[in-house]
Amino acid sequence: MADEKGTSEIRLMKGNEALAEAAFRAGMQAYFGYPITPQSEVLEYLTAEAPKHPDVVILQAESELAAINMVYGASGASARVMISSSSPGISLMQECLSYMASAQLPALVVNVQRGGPGLGTIQPSQGDYFQAVKGGGHGDYHLIVLAPASVQEMVDFVFDAFRLSEKYRNPALILADGALGQMMEKVTLPPAGSLPKTEALWATTGKPRTRERNIITSLFIQPERMEQLNLTLQAKYSQMKKEVRWEEIRAEDADIVLVAFGLTSRICEKTVDLGRQKGLKIGLMRPITLYPFPTDALVKLAKSAQVFLTVEMNAGQMVEDVRLAIEGKRPVEFYGRMGGMIPSPEEVLVRVESIAETLSKVPA
Amino acid sequence: MEPAANIDGMELVYKRPRTLTDTPMHYCPGCGHGVVHKILMEVIDELSIQEETIGVAPVGCSVFAYDYMDIDMQEAAHGRATAVATGIKRILPAKYVFTYQGDGDLAAIGTGETIHTVNRGENILIVFINNGIYGMTGGQMAPTSLLGMKTTTTPFGREVSTMGNPIKITELVAQLPGAYYVTRQAVYSTAAVRKLKKSIEVSFKYQKLNKGTCFIEVVSSCPSNWKKTPVEANEWLEKNMLPFYPLGDIRVPKS
Repeated sequence: MADEKGTSEIRLMKGNEALAEAAFRAGMQAYFGYPITPQSEVLEYLTAEAPKHPDVVILQAESELAAINMVYGASGASARVMISSSSPGISLMQECLSYMASAQLPALVVNVQRGGPGLGTIQPSQGDYFQAVKGGGHGDYHLIVLAPASVQEMVDFVFDAFRLSEKYRNPALILADGALGQMMEKVTLPPAGSLPKTEALWATTGKPRTRERNIITSLFIQPERMEQLNLTLQAKYSQMKKEVRWEEIRAEDADIVLVAFGLTSRICEKTVDLGRQKGLKIGLMRPITLYPFPTDALVKLAKSAQVFLTVEMNAGQMVEDVRLAIEGKRPVEFYGRMGGMIPSPEEVLVRVESIAETLSKVPA
Repeated sequence: MEPAANIDGMELVYKRPRTLTDTPMHYCPGCGHGVVHKILMEVIDELSIQEETIGVAPVGCSVFAYDYMDIDMQEAAHGRATAVATGIKRILPAKYVFTYQGDGDLAAIGTGETIHTVNRGENILIVFINNGIYGMTGGQMAPTSLLGMKTTTTPFGREVSTMGNPIKITELVAQLPGAYYVTRQAVYSTAAVRKLKKSIEVSFKYQKLNKGTCFIEVVSSCPSNWKKTPVEANEWLEKNMLPFYPLGDIRVPKS
């Protein structure tokens, strides 16, 4: 229920539904979507609650392609707008996301990932890391990427992502997964209306006589002008670095540092507990923003840690960024499950123990 | 700059619409785009809706329309103009929104968006320029290319057996309940231009009624890619295009 008293509220909610409720509270003005498992509850929740929010535009489009282009139009017309989907649907949106990054349009995109490649499975995965952080579509661009690890963060990151996306006039992506979308946890919902919005003076809202016409475009035929736009975008991505966020759990004295994001970081937290009980000096480094990536934090950890173990629900994607950050100063191992399989804390611990064994064989 | 009202005692009988910018157009001689742009802006001037109008120009020759139209505009990806327009109109329902699309954009890559936008009855105006060819990419076959028409990708002429028939998308959308006003016009003669202007004018008026989509097909020519002079192109259009794409209203509001 819309919170009109301006107070926060505690509820037990499914990740997808909590995210949808958070979007209302964050002042979302429009949502365009298309059903796909495991995130269909977002659109279902929004349409069910729509009567309480008569000013919010909620529309089921004919395809993900149409939906993201509606987002483009609405964002260009000054709206705070969200779209959500799951892996194959997000692939369909990549062309428009490139246009949006180039035309500098803010929007919140949510990917509740499922196992791929192809039609894959509806089970949770982190297989879209590359697509999320490297651009995904054509050309040189980046999305701002936040990776939640709890239902609470499915709520909190909606606010953060809207704020960052509007601050930098760039699409922001919440990279969740099927488990986070489907599982229920206790959440604190912030009060509605707590996220201010600055007026979009660049938007196409109708040209008054007092200003020049506003044009939303990514087309600059002259290469000199197109290079200039690229330089502007790259300068913006450099600026974004100050938004980097990460979390460290018992990493300060750890010989073995696990690196994991999203759901896998939750799993690895448990592995750290189990390992510490066995006397292993193990810790966790969890990137919260995947773009910008917490490179400096990893470099710092490389001074004390002996070895890193990146754990992901994919064939090894973030591990490439971890290796780039460490630059060969320490070994960076990888453990992953694919195709919708979720690793258990115990199986990660088995890998940790085998690494610990090789460490103990090295003469001090 | 507005021209002086009187030059050497001569009476000013014609001038550029205020909402059409003073920018030399990149269109080829004889191309229909320039005329349609001018008519559109003339209507916007006459209705005094420059401040309330937002246009969408997708990929195609008219992708630079915003260089010539002095209104807020969005460029759209190929085929997605009506989805973009849907997003704009849903946020700004009191404004006038139009798309300006070519045949490849509207009737090939964007067919899905075209049909569903009209089916939802979005209160926008769709201006559809049909010249039976891909102009910007250099004269390839369009979904509306006539049978036998030679293009760079049908060098021996379009054949039904491999390429199918040209699509009459305007007749198709006219059947959808969301369509309010559907018409096919042209710009090959002054009489045709006058009729087109009337259609655009009523379409903007209809948009205020919130009763559904207005859809105007403009049968136009592409002399450069048809490999004809502007005059030959107009003659060819009248002789070949119009029998297949007959002019006139296809769906009119019930009175």
